[in-house]
Amino acid sequence: MKDSFDPHAPRKAWLGLMAKARPGRVAALLDAAMARPAFTWLRAPEIGSTMVRGRMGGTGAPFNLGEVTVTRCALTLDTGEVGHAYLQGRRKADAEVTALVDALMQTTAADRLRDAVLAPLEAEFTATRSARADKAAATKVDFFTMVRGED
Amino acid sequence: MYVAVKGGERAIENAHAWLAEERRGDTDVAELSVAQIREQLSLAVNRVMAEGSLYDPDLAALAIKQARGDLIEAIFLIRAYRTTLPRFGASEPVDTGAMLCDRRISATFKDLPGGQVLGPTFDYTHRLLDFKLAADGDVAAAPARTAETGAVPHVTAFLNREGLIEEAPHDDTPPPDLTRQPLEMPADRALRLQALARADEGFTLGLAYSTQRGYARNHAFVGELRIGAVPVEMDIPELGFAVEIGEVTLTECETVNQFKGSKTEPPQFTRGYGLVFGQTERKAISMALVDRALRWEELGEDNVGAPAQDAEFVLYHADNIQATGFLEHIKLPHYVDFQSELELVRKLRREAGADQVQEAAE
Repeated sequence: MKDSFDPHAPRKAWLGLMAKARPGRVAALLDAAMARPAFTWLRAPEIGSTMVRGRMGGTGAPFNLGEVTVTRCALTLDTGEVGHAYLQGRRKADAEVTALVDALMQTTAADRLRDAVLAPLEAEFTATRSARADKAAATKVDFFTMVRGED
Repeated sequence: MYVAVKGGERAIENAHAWLAEERRGDTDVAELSVAQIREQLSLAVNRVMAEGSLYDPDLAALAIKQARGDLIEAIFLIRAYRTTLPRFGASEPVDTGAMLCDRRISATFKDLPGGQVLGPTFDYTHRLLDFKLAADGDVAAAPARTAETGAVPHVTAFLNREGLIEEAPHDDTPPPDLTRQPLEMPADRALRLQALARADEGFTLGLAYSTQRGYARNHAFVGELRIGAVPVEMDIPELGFAVEIGEVTLTECETVNQFKGSKTEPPQFTRGYGLVFGQTERKAISMALVDRALRWEELGEDNVGAPAQDAEFVLYHADNIQATGFLEHIKLPHYVDFQSELELVRKLRREAGADQVQEAAE
């Protein structure tokens, strides 16, 4: 697996997890865990778009499918760690808290946040996914064949 | 003669005030919230996102509310908003093979890995009005069954194993973008797919139907139709690697079409492809059929002169915002243009002696 050698894998994982969280959820978990530290904006939250691409036939050459709204920001903690956020949707407050957690995950607060923020997010994400998958599974057709005719 | 006309301002202001009042409707009836539209009219929201070419359910719901449910007007609002957004970049091509499928069916293989999953479909409903919906009522929770984990492979992969179907080989050519460069002919397949993904559903459906009825007949089976969420991953320059920025729900349709073979290709199945934002099944199937019809040239088929084979005709008329813009502009004041036409017709009639002809007839 290529990913197992990827030094960026942990950071990719937590940024992806926070990007897919419900609005306001990361803020609620962070604020329950600790007071927010002071920071300086490197790039204040801004709203733009990303062109989503697909592949012809699912596997072939790429084409442009359409855009998605995206909010991004970057900040630096007083201790120097830099946090980034790129999230689907128009969600400046979520972008801010995502960048904060991204920066804090590079500090000694990382273990605490892994338990208090990332683990619950992961559990909620998995639960939402599997609830949906289970509903889909209930609509799966179980074919059976009627025995017809002689022999 | 040119006469400047002013004086419409008050009429326009009052018309817009009345529009707002009519939009609200009877104030004894509760006002619709944007969240209600997003949650309960979600297929309208999906259509606005697909043809507005911007995935944002809240904005699409707002546009539907503002447009009083006129979906083309809502799409217009989304397209206009879209142009105000700075472009941060492009995503990695989404991996539809990794889709969390709400629905996944194949009309060509009954027993396929992952199975036939119907999902929340209108299929097999009786299309009888349900008067229970007219009354308030809670909905029972949908049944659940523990899902099998494991990949849900694309159906075309099975046919590929036998070499019976054309390949869609991996390729990373950067695609052209019609939101950056004007759509020009000849349009390659990437450009055609972009145009079709945002094309008017009705127009695409009509063209697709025409191919089924015999205009560029290329008998299509739905090899696979899948609907579900896929992660969107984007390269972040500041970080130097790609991260997931969210998830979008997509509908993907792969058709399997008869193909007699050509000078260079043996007889095999060919493919049409549809990929659309949201749960938009009719549009995705239509897109796949039109995509396949437009591929006649690269597959060495005959041009039988069918509308669905004519890329210029299809692509230049498929965008409902371009179409409605040009169509609806003719209702705006053309007093001066018409005045000159009137003068011309009067002059021609004088020259043709139309007056005498009329007198003679009397």
